[in-house]
Amino acid sequence: MDTAALALSAKLAGLTTVTLLVLGLPLAWWLTVSRFRGKFLVEAVVALPLVLPPTVLGFYLLTAFGPHSPAGRAFAAVVGHPFPFSFAGLLAASVLYSLPFAVQPFAGALAGVDRRLVEASHTLGVSPLGTFFRVTLPLAWPGILAGAVLTFAHTLGEFGVVLMVGGNIPGRTRTLSVAIFDHVEALEYDAAHRTAGLLLAVSFAVLALVYALQRRPVFPWNER
Amino acid sequence: MERALTFDVVRRFPRGPVVSARASWPLGSAPVTVLFGPSGAGKTTVLRALAGLVRPDAGEIVFDGETWFDADRGTFVPPQARGVGLLFQEYALFPHLSVAANVGFGLHRLPRAQREARVVELAERLGLSDLLRRRPGDLSGGQRQRVALARALAPRPRLLLLDEPLSALDAPTREALRGELRQFLERSGVPAVVVTHDRTEALALGDRLVVLVDGTVRQIGSVPEVFSAPVDAEVARVVGTENVFPSRLVRRADGLLVVRAGAAELVAIDPGGVEDEAYACVRAEDVVLEPPGGHESSAQNRLAGTVVARRDEGPLVRITVDCGVKLVALVTRASAERMGLAAGRPIAAVVKAPSVRIVPRRA
Repeated sequence: MDTAALALSAKLAGLTTVTLLVLGLPLAWWLTVSRFRGKFLVEAVVALPLVLPPTVLGFYLLTAFGPHSPAGRAFAAVVGHPFPFSFAGLLAASVLYSLPFAVQPFAGALAGVDRRLVEASHTLGVSPLGTFFRVTLPLAWPGILAGAVLTFAHTLGEFGVVLMVGGNIPGRTRTLSVAIFDHVEALEYDAAHRTAGLLLAVSFAVLALVYALQRRPVFPWNER
Repeated sequence: MERALTFDVVRRFPRGPVVSARASWPLGSAPVTVLFGPSGAGKTTVLRALAGLVRPDAGEIVFDGETWFDADRGTFVPPQARGVGLLFQEYALFPHLSVAANVGFGLHRLPRAQREARVVELAERLGLSDLLRRRPGDLSGGQRQRVALARALAPRPRLLLLDEPLSALDAPTREALRGELRQFLERSGVPAVVVTHDRTEALALGDRLVVLVDGTVRQIGSVPEVFSAPVDAEVARVVGTENVFPSRLVRRADGLLVVRAGAAELVAIDPGGVEDEAYACVRAEDVVLEPPGGHESSAQNRLAGTVVARRDEGPLVRITVDCGVKLVALVTRASAERMGLAAGRPIAAVVKAPSVRIVPRRA
């Protein structure tokens, strides 16, 4: 069993999820409340990773953050090592690639919160930020959890971007999906089966959880 | 300067109507002002502009000398800083919070002990003490309304706004709560603005009536004044009932009610819930005019009086009869000519008891 690859995949997926909770929630909130006319452009950019081949994203990231580009040199100066074939680079790429999987469910969940509850909170003297934490977030959390879980599962299974940006360095950038590719190339079908089976089981369990959360009224206030 | 609420709210809707409503009234006397009009008249827009939930396209709002909105100077005070309490049509209680947390929601700046004391105080006043740990989903419509009222009043607002406060309730509950709400609004001591399209609600709750039609304010006045003297035909059509008399209960018998309106006594069907004060309402088209001098009839109300005014309106004539109260009757021009209806003519006004509608009004 590729415990190192499993650990790395879990770490990458976990950190990507946390990063997207921190960055994606404000973005999703902005998307639901903003009346900015060019909003549709931002929405399109967020959705882009859904349709773009991962290799395209990986290619642009490599070009933009390569050791000879200004952005790449800035990255190396701040982080201490070059962007390509590093875990930090992998994380940045994963965050971008999973953006729609987090932001779209977040935005859906936030938009599903009754506008009047938000207005009621405002007339009761609570600031917009306070209202977000006291009203919107508690009511939207099933959808937010679903987005977080989806992000985690999606990152766990990603392959193209990882290979393009991270390469295949055991313990550093060799994730589960890359390990499977390796095993198959080396005709180690038993090892490939074990790893693939694990990924299948985890992915199924995660998706089952998401759908169960969305269907069941586990929250007393949803019952009437 | 007298304390007053003054607004001029202009709001345009894309491909829709324009609301351009201006009005002003003092805050001291007459605690409850009703914004009355058919749906689509702009009542809710005005209410939301007062609350600061919509920013009008033009105009200004001044409350008690404080400018809340001024389009020309770019002033807009956000809802948080206005100190208004808003009761939403469907109450908009926070479903994830207990009744106590709902009521205390706007008291986040108070220390915990004071906050809890205020919640307990309001719960007692509104009869919610046994419900404090429940969630809004477990409450009846009437209970939800009281929770919403308590929540709106908890931060001690300077102005209370109510959007169709009774429309979310079923009919029997609505009947029961109308009087209760009126009583409560009066006792709260906070000037209130109530939006409604319901005539009975306007009569039961309001002291002052602001009639909105097609986005503009057509008339402001005391409730009986607006009902009995609408400024134009459109307001008359909207308010619907020409004769609205403040009256007192005299006696009840056999399901009937006798009330005194001015110097006249009227017999009506007992709607229940009348304690002392009420409005007696009669539509002008339900009043029959006859020559004076008695003859047998099934009608319970036969009031002798004198014609004091006549106004011709196309095929109809609006006759005002002084028979202890000023009663307006709508008759055809042919009848008016035949009977020689003109000022000074002695006449009897006949109204059947079921045509006298009583709206209880608890003080």
